[in-house]
Amino acid sequence: MTTSLKSGISRRTFLKTSAAAGAAAVGSGAVTGFPYVMAQEPVTLRYLGTAVNQSKEIAEKVKADLGITIEYVPVTTDEVTKRIITQPNTFDIVDTEYFSLKKLVPSGNLMGMDAKRIKEFDNITSVFTKGELDGKKIGDQGTAPWKVFYLAGNKSKEFSPTPTEWISLIPTTYNADTLGIRPDLIKRPIESWAELLNPEFKGKASILNIPSIGIMDAAMAVEASGAYKYPDKGNMTRDEIDMTIDKLIEAKQAGQFRALWSDFNESVNLMASGETVIQSMWSPAVTAVRAKGIDCVFQPLKEGYRAWASGFALPATLEGRKLDAAYEFVNWFLSGWAGAFLNRQGYYAAVLPTAQKEMATYEWAYWMEGKPAEQEIKSPMGDIIAPKGAVRDGGSFAQRMGSVACWNAVMDEDAYMVRKWNEFVAA
Amino acid sequence: MSQRGGIAPYLQAAPLALVFLLFLVIPLAIIVMVSFWTYTDYSIQPAFEVQNYLDVFDRCIVRLPTLCTTFRTYLSTLTFCAIVWALTLVIGFTVAYFLAFEVRSPTVQSLLFLVCTIPFWTSNVIRMISWIPLLGRSGLVNQALIGLGLIDQPIEWLLYSSFSVTITFVHLFTFFMVVPIYNSMLRIDRSLIEAARDAGASGWQILWNVIVPLSKTGIAIGSIFVITIVMGDFITIGLMGGQQIASVGKTIQTEISYLQFPVAAANAVVLLGTVLLIIVGLTRVVDIRREL
Repeated sequence: MTTSLKSGISRRTFLKTSAAAGAAAVGSGAVTGFPYVMAQEPVTLRYLGTAVNQSKEIAEKVKADLGITIEYVPVTTDEVTKRIITQPNTFDIVDTEYFSLKKLVPSGNLMGMDAKRIKEFDNITSVFTKGELDGKKIGDQGTAPWKVFYLAGNKSKEFSPTPTEWISLIPTTYNADTLGIRPDLIKRPIESWAELLNPEFKGKASILNIPSIGIMDAAMAVEASGAYKYPDKGNMTRDEIDMTIDKLIEAKQAGQFRALWSDFNESVNLMASGETVIQSMWSPAVTAVRAKGIDCVFQPLKEGYRAWASGFALPATLEGRKLDAAYEFVNWFLSGWAGAFLNRQGYYAAVLPTAQKEMATYEWAYWMEGKPAEQEIKSPMGDIIAPKGAVRDGGSFAQRMGSVACWNAVMDEDAYMVRKWNEFVAA
Repeated sequence: MSQRGGIAPYLQAAPLALVFLLFLVIPLAIIVMVSFWTYTDYSIQPAFEVQNYLDVFDRCIVRLPTLCTTFRTYLSTLTFCAIVWALTLVIGFTVAYFLAFEVRSPTVQSLLFLVCTIPFWTSNVIRMISWIPLLGRSGLVNQALIGLGLIDQPIEWLLYSSFSVTITFVHLFTFFMVVPIYNSMLRIDRSLIEAARDAGASGWQILWNVIVPLSKTGIAIGSIFVITIVMGDFITIGLMGGQQIASVGKTIQTEISYLQFPVAAANAVVLLGTVLLIIVGLTRVVDIRREL
């Protein structure tokens, strides 16, 4: 502007141009703080996350109910973390896992969410708030959600050990993971994590190649074999990491693993084609194999489950109409429809009473109470996943979440662990 | 050609130089710089420390003769490189020779050359993945062999093995050998071959003493393509090796996804150094600039 003034533009034209520029900026949504202008405009929220919760159906329903457009930015688990750290302005809401918080919160790129603005906050399951289920303590090895649930303040970079008003992540879904098996090819009962490293399945086993999760599965297997009892599988010492990786290398060199997998589809293909018969797996992947008409079981094991949980966070810079819209969306997410949608996929909703209202009695009985299906069970997309009379693997919500042994974690020795994991891959 | 003075030639070269500066030199300088920084779980901090390089070569000397992770990874990558290079060279040279010398009509030549590019109409990844149903435990090859009664048990090493990685590399990259070699061969003056024949040279002698030396530039350029791609690849090795075979690229990718940018940068610098050494070695053997 200074240069154009110097070049002799009259005061009048200058005012005209700047006014036009201002108007253009408002129109493009670049200037915030004009709520009366913005309120009339449709809001778009850029939703960063893994594809897990990003269903087309949810976006359509949000559009219909709230008029908010959800624009999905689907990336991998590790990529979500990277985006939050390196490009915090490229999304308006993020769906990430609790274990990543140890990296995310100290960066100051996320803000704590105000519990008072979350309508159903008091109904969020005690799994998150207290680490309890029906008054019973849940396994707390690893980065359990209740350890990182509260922040010291709205823009705080520190966790609070005692409850505060500021929440690091408002939970969306969580689940208990275990091994997937092909009972038709194994032909005998599988009861322990130790079977993952059992030479009987030489060349037919697989473990996932995401170091922070793979090492936990390996630790479950090592502990189950009786070789060592970890004080905390989610936070190993260097010696424990060395020992665990040595066991993996030993198994790998003996030809135990057919392949390692790192994304959902790879795990489905390995299992469906029979290349592997026992492997680390995720619940919807088991469902996907079953949808092909192949017998696959998400096998409950006596040592318990490895659990994970994810939730919504907002970038620290979000404000104005978008901030309001984000809260509106989160409240909608907890109000039942989305929860029922997730429950029907085999995940668990954060607020159970509202989800229950949106589900049929027989559906609730199958998914949550571990009862035999009174009629065919369908996925939200309409595929039949379980015939009449079938029972969910692992049983009820209380049985499954109640036997969690450890949670996905970021260890203090994370960098060392990743280096050792690379050694395993190279061996 | 008249001599041109002044700054005109520099100006003409400037755009390309600028592009290289902006998109190659500066990013590389930044990578080298970051490789000396320190990092935490969520941040990287300017510093000048060699710790990242020490981490890359962690216990590499102490452990000898047992290979450390880095040496083992490089050995595996270099082995792939050598095997794939040899195979693509032989196949690529043969295809180029056939196109350039056996096919007489220029139209048919161009047509066949275009046929070679057809696989490139689909994506790299799809061409890669299409090997999986072929080589798998219950794949076409195993089914056929079992059906013919040649084997009782499916052959395991067909898929998720060095074999499947090599075959995919060769499938993907032979064309990068064919193009430059074919190009060099087209430039060979046919009268040289006639002269050799008149002088009594046999077919093999002509091939070895005339065609191969004159195709050297093409061979060198093709080799640079294949070697640099294989050295940096991690997708093919990951997918076809069942992620059980290490590659330098995969190591770097894992480190980046765990936000360990400085150590990933250090690894990248080491990889770059290794590839540059190979290429310098190649250019010692063939002076590409002179022969072009």
